[in-house]
Amino acid sequence: MSDGQEKTTSAIPGNGRLKRVPAPTLIFEKSRKGRVGCSVPKCDTPPIDLAKELGTIRKSLKLPEVSELDVIRHFTNLSHLNYGIETGFYPLGSCTMKYNPKVNERVAALPGFAQIHPLQPTQTVPGALEILVDVQDTLKELTGFDFVTLQPVAGAHGELTCLMLIKAYHTSRGDSTERHIVLIPDSAHGTNPASAARCGYDVKSVPTDALGGTDIEALKRALQTEGGHSIAAFMLTNPSTLGLFETNISEICRLVHEVGGLVFCDGANMNAMVGTTRPGDHGFDCMHLNLHKTFSTPHGGGGPGCGAIGIKKNLSAFLPIPVVERNDGGTITLDEARPLTIGRVSPYFGQFLMEVRAYAYLRAYGKENMHTISQYAVLNANYVQARLADVLPSAFNRFCMHECVLTAELYKKQFGIRALDISKRLIDYGFHPPTNYFPLIVPEAIMIEPTETESKETLDDFCDAVISICEEAKLNPELLHDAPSTQIVGRLDETLAVKNLDVTYKWPEAEVSATR
Amino acid sequence: MPYVPHTIEDRDEMLARVGVKSIDDLFHDVPKDLRIAPGSLDIEPCLDESRIVSTLSKLAATNKSAEDLKCFLGAGIYDRFIPSSVGAIISRGEFLTAYTPYQPEASQGFLQTIYEFQSMIAELYGMEVANASMYDGATSMAEAAIMAHSINGKSKVAVSEGVNPHYRQVLETYCWALGLEVVTIPCTNGLTQDYSSAGEDISSIIVGYPNFFGIIEDLNQAKKAAESSKSLLIVVADPVSCAVLPPPGEFGADVVVGEGQSLGVSMGFGGPLVGLFTCNEEHVRRLPGRIVGKTSEIHGDKSGFAMTLRTREQDIRREKATSNICTNEALMALANTVYLSALGKNGLTQVATSSVQNSRYAMKVLANAGGKVKFSSPMFCEFVLELPANATQVRHELIDHGILAGLPLGKYYSGMDNCLLVAVTEKKTKQDIDDFGVALAAVLGAN
Amino acid sequence: MSNIPADLSYTESHEWIKIEGDIATIGITDYAQSELGDVVYVDLPNVGRMLNKGDVFGSVESVKTVSDIYSPLDGEVVEVNETLNARSELVNSDPYAAGYLIKLKLSDQSSVSSLLDSSAYSGLVG
Repeated sequence: MSDGQEKTTSAIPGNGRLKRVPAPTLIFEKSRKGRVGCSVPKCDTPPIDLAKELGTIRKSLKLPEVSELDVIRHFTNLSHLNYGIETGFYPLGSCTMKYNPKVNERVAALPGFAQIHPLQPTQTVPGALEILVDVQDTLKELTGFDFVTLQPVAGAHGELTCLMLIKAYHTSRGDSTERHIVLIPDSAHGTNPASAARCGYDVKSVPTDALGGTDIEALKRALQTEGGHSIAAFMLTNPSTLGLFETNISEICRLVHEVGGLVFCDGANMNAMVGTTRPGDHGFDCMHLNLHKTFSTPHGGGGPGCGAIGIKKNLSAFLPIPVVERNDGGTITLDEARPLTIGRVSPYFGQFLMEVRAYAYLRAYGKENMHTISQYAVLNANYVQARLADVLPSAFNRFCMHECVLTAELYKKQFGIRALDISKRLIDYGFHPPTNYFPLIVPEAIMIEPTETESKETLDDFCDAVISICEEAKLNPELLHDAPSTQIVGRLDETLAVKNLDVTYKWPEAEVSATR
Repeated sequence: MPYVPHTIEDRDEMLARVGVKSIDDLFHDVPKDLRIAPGSLDIEPCLDESRIVSTLSKLAATNKSAEDLKCFLGAGIYDRFIPSSVGAIISRGEFLTAYTPYQPEASQGFLQTIYEFQSMIAELYGMEVANASMYDGATSMAEAAIMAHSINGKSKVAVSEGVNPHYRQVLETYCWALGLEVVTIPCTNGLTQDYSSAGEDISSIIVGYPNFFGIIEDLNQAKKAAESSKSLLIVVADPVSCAVLPPPGEFGADVVVGEGQSLGVSMGFGGPLVGLFTCNEEHVRRLPGRIVGKTSEIHGDKSGFAMTLRTREQDIRREKATSNICTNEALMALANTVYLSALGKNGLTQVATSSVQNSRYAMKVLANAGGKVKFSSPMFCEFVLELPANATQVRHELIDHGILAGLPLGKYYSGMDNCLLVAVTEKKTKQDIDDFGVALAAVLGAN
Repeated sequence: MSNIPADLSYTESHEWIKIEGDIATIGITDYAQSELGDVVYVDLPNVGRMLNKGDVFGSVESVKTVSDIYSPLDGEVVEVNETLNARSELVNSDPYAAGYLIKLKLSDQSSVSSLLDSSAYSGLVG
């Protein structure tokens, strides 16, 4: 641990997590021959000769041999070296790091949900099917689409599924080969072009205008240049990745529909819209949702996600199987006999236990309170933008929606301080950094999305920290260049990480012992 | 509203600072005709926490779980014992609610666990490199086929019909989207034998290990077929079986993928799961998904962990990325890591051995009850049981006896309407298996 | 101030070219390498590949960015700097000599005149 913390001149509110800990060791280094970390179920059937039964058996297996206490201590201590929503604020733009309610965890662990098999006869799991249909119905109503499927398991997976539906749609109309282009704004999230490429599409970029919206004239020119007949779709994030509502959304959809293309909504920013406006009403043909953003399912260090999609009638014939729906008699059926389906995008029903969490979350707000999500998300983001206006100007001179994009370009020019440095210094103040360098079109971008679950005091503490750091940038820039200095490690050599690639542990030769 | 902390005073102070009269003013960019009135959506009313719990408990109680039925159903998702340490660790807020570790200084905890995960999965499969997880075994397999195509430029994927049918359907969908062709290699007596039937110009050959029927495929033969067709060998391997079987890496597999649900993740009606994805270092730049590497400080001597080889990923490489994957199954991979640490070498070997032992006893008992073990090749812990009656009907009736008997195969394989795929894990006792035998005899006798 | 040798030609996409008879040696400029940061990997074409002006023939990667490299001329790849496989850092430390990328055998000498000279490139990067 660094002792430098005591020597700094600025007041750093203690993050309370700094303590002297031994340098972390790998679980493999704690291994001692013969130990086991749990009691394995006893086997009371007649013993067998394994080699005879299997043919050949494995000669050597290098896995840890540790006690249960070793396991618990090892991972508990590692958790102390990790930041989570439950330890502090994440101002991460575009990630919607809102509170993950504990009741959701409680219900997702019920054996009636956690211990059912996806291939059980459907009559044995009516409650599971009910969850799926209820979540679908609620999301349909919230988004304004005709159908929702919960098959996609992550946001990018949802994008891919929508693009597959679009491809199937054009194929059914006979002009899929011609329609080989997907238009994507230059401010789009990287998964958009990556998903389009996965469907064999060529990606063409459409610029953002000076006010942060899609440049309508540039869109018209692109449709002209490429020829409307070669456009499969336009992928749009609304509100945009700059946190701004596309005021021209109806016109954009009209222009693309006019040439026979379809419009996809990247729903990553749904938090600005829940209960206030519905993408289905904006003219979109389909959208993807991130339940792990807008609907509070936990991020888990990078996943599981959960990516439902909403579609209009024109795409319903192509939905992935199984289609889960309630028939007129009220029974829930699984429909796999769909001749035009794109097939399966997922092996079973999607992220069922995340749907259970989403169900609980949706019921916690309900009809009466759903709009408070977007209302307070937008208030919080504008409050942060207003409080920081003097030190970090907004990239666009407008009220933002649920996230604000600020620029540190001034600091780079005058003091050689980059957005990255400000972010790393925030760690010393006990905060997770905001999003940097996205969207790509804003220089030294700092994107902040507080979400509605943060209190005014937390936002004030955060803004005070940013203001203090911006002062440091002018007077004491080494504090930023050297940051962070209060964590278990300082800045890491990421060049070395690539050049001396070390992604798996190498057991010392002497410790490798034969299995039997 | 416990999740939105703002009091009226908070709201008013904040509105004043922003310089507007009401929150509504902040939505001025949203056209009036696209605004919906608060409370006007046709959705269910809100519930307090206590009623959320009771509503969901009632719904859960209508499902028959592995606590109500003895589960002999596998087919890719397995009812295995999960040590208590797994739940204790993955429910910790520092892991559960953490974001992706893009800021390594604040995420050394998670990053180290990912390095440990990668190490253990690579070891299990006998490969050099593992990534930080994919969505599930099925999409991992599809991504492996696409990776092979990006390596050798060929467009035909040959997959054995002995590979999980749902996985093959996912493969077909992914390949259709990219214009790749999928051909199916037939099985004889449950084994993939005639690789040449796939024809020329193959990009990759995909086999299961064990395959969907529970049979241990001959990977030497598969590798020879891949070499002669200059294609990549992709193996879909059950991770628990690799504790006792020679791992696919030893046979020269180029990519090994699989489903990690068996390693400490609940069945959960099929989600969330965890995709395992491994390859050798020569192909590491084509690897999809995230990967964590060990390095050291720039200005110091401590070692640490960070995500590496980032330029393969979608946020940097965009349409040329090795995959569109962003979110993965990090928390489930952590569950795998805790499970593999707790079980360790000794425990996992025991779990695998017990599974085989239990399945051999079940074969005898169920054969005595009127079934017939269809295939004779060496199997792991799952087998095809041929019945003198329709398997779907028999399974249906066995539910009333408290037995979830397995998967009827008629839907997936022609001529197998009377066949049931039965899985027996380490969780089963002799009594459970005897009960299955008694119930089966009763149902078959009644028919 | 980046180094811009007077005896080389340049492109707007920051490649430099040294013409010796009908062989063009190509690399990326000092400005480009400093913008990229530490180069960790270079992706180069196979010898024998035919390139047209404007074709992407490879890429140079740092930890967080990838830059495509565009062929400034028409020709056949006759040599590729294999040393960069193990020593990608040469692109940073010696961009105009040991850090070169490829050599092209030109099929059309006339397009050489459309390349920028050092003062024109200098004006571009300031």
